[in-house]
Amino acid sequence: MRWKSRVAPWLYIGPTLLILGAYLVYPALSTLYLSFFDKRSDSFVGLENYRWVFTSSAMHIAFRNNLLWIVLFTGLTVSLGLVLAVMADRVRYESPVKSAIFLPMAISFVGAGVIWLFVYAFRPPDTPQIGLLNGVWAGLFHREPVGWLQNRATNNFALIAVGVWIWTGFCMVILSAAYKGIPRELLEAARVDGANEWQVFWKIIIPAMKPTLAVVTTTMIINVLKVFDIVYVMTNGNYDTEVIANRMYKEMFHFRHFGRASAIAIVLLLAIVPVMVVNIRRFQEQEALR
Amino acid sequence: MREHVARVLSRLPLHLVLIGVALLWLTPSVGLWVSSFRPPDAVFRTGWWTVLTRPFDLSQYTLQNYREILTAQGMAMAFRNSLFITIPSTLIPIAIAAFAAYAFAWMEFPGRQALFVIVVGLLVVPLQMTLIPLLRVYNRLGLAGTYIGIWLAHTGYGLPFAVYLLRNFFGALPRDIFESAYLDGASELTAFLRLALPLSVPALASLAIFQFLWVWNDLLVALIYLGGTEQVAPLTLKLSSLINSLGQNWHLLTAAAFVSMALPLVVFFSLQRYFVRGILAGSVKG
Repeated sequence: MRWKSRVAPWLYIGPTLLILGAYLVYPALSTLYLSFFDKRSDSFVGLENYRWVFTSSAMHIAFRNNLLWIVLFTGLTVSLGLVLAVMADRVRYESPVKSAIFLPMAISFVGAGVIWLFVYAFRPPDTPQIGLLNGVWAGLFHREPVGWLQNRATNNFALIAVGVWIWTGFCMVILSAAYKGIPRELLEAARVDGANEWQVFWKIIIPAMKPTLAVVTTTMIINVLKVFDIVYVMTNGNYDTEVIANRMYKEMFHFRHFGRASAIAIVLLLAIVPVMVVNIRRFQEQEALR
Repeated sequence: MREHVARVLSRLPLHLVLIGVALLWLTPSVGLWVSSFRPPDAVFRTGWWTVLTRPFDLSQYTLQNYREILTAQGMAMAFRNSLFITIPSTLIPIAIAAFAAYAFAWMEFPGRQALFVIVVGLLVVPLQMTLIPLLRVYNRLGLAGTYIGIWLAHTGYGLPFAVYLLRNFFGALPRDIFESAYLDGASELTAFLRLALPLSVPALASLAIFQFLWVWNDLLVALIYLGGTEQVAPLTLKLSSLINSLGQNWHLLTAAAFVSMALPLVVFFSLQRYFVRGILAGSVKG
């Protein structure tokens, strides 16, 4: 019996450990190893690949764009999600409104890519515009139609808009649950004491939701660091829209430079490690309370 | 009465913003959906919104686009492939994770806490970290371009989240029910299969929907491990290659995109409650 109770747990977790080892731990360590080798992984090159990651102009554009994504995408999804969660709570048609905004979460990024390629579709001037955005821009405002995804002044914003369209619903759903968890008496008491809605929002709602806001924000930052599908499908990183994950795919499959591709992956992981540490800390705090 | 009017008026901006945002969010999808039913020359000549002037004139719609993409463009086969990939890729990780989650929640063994912390850490490891070494192993073993290969890959990538979510759910079940089951002579396995699993149906459902949508909508994993193998390509892979080959044939692209979204949309609308619950249960996924 004692023997059985000692072995049983390992039978239960054995398959999981085996698969995690083979599919996550071993490959991650192997990638770290490969990042110090040349294109075909034949000879050791030291930090050469990392030097390339931090000095090449291709990676500079990718870093710049990921930074732009972090600021705009994270800022917009979290703040829009919060505002919509608080507003939707006050109307009777809350659930259909939330469904409409949450809907893009169900479809693939590739599908969303087609939807928005069509929205951004561009035809020469004096031909009918069939893309919605140029339809409004040229048809309603009588401006020159714009190639939103080709024009370097607009294309990164056009891509980020797609990301915001997809992920705002996710933020809204989580923040809405947290908002409904705030005791109503707390809000009522503040209003009775003469606080206006603006003050209630900033002085009570925001502080009460701080932990959830932190979780949602870190989730969005992780998403953004790894953003791939949208860019791959819509521009493939052309016209200065490159991002880190797409560049890694290109190094791996087009240039077959496994050293550089591995180094990019490691840099991506290093950017995420702080988030991972916070995650584990939070988990251990929860455990302490259990 | 006057007060009532004032109250409605003061709430007017709230309604306008909410309804406006909801419509703004729906419009791009509606445009895709409408265009997929319009004949090619109409799609080329006029914007899809022109149908709004006479939306119920059925003569302006056609099913021809769907006929073409399902047969000539191979979307029907891709749909079947997606099912073939997604169903095992959903069931296998959940089955494996359930056992591990139970052990982490209710069994005593050395290193339990440390191992679980590692699982939590693996939640956010980017897929990109694993692609090159795994693809090399796959090429050597002949797993690249096979269903088994992609099932196992999705299992590996889905496991940390599945273990994490189920372990939290199992851990929240009351201790008494397990203790009284053991007193009645039940074994660990019986307690797991007859008590923990049936009590966790909502969590299992959330997880299944989550993993199903994640795999169905995945592009990167299919792109790497299935590569150019047309016979096993899922919808996302097929659709992304159609974007390049069909170019400006919007009537076909929109229909193809809608085919790829149909099943997730059905799942979403029928099981939204479970999906939301899965998201709320903590959703930081690698």
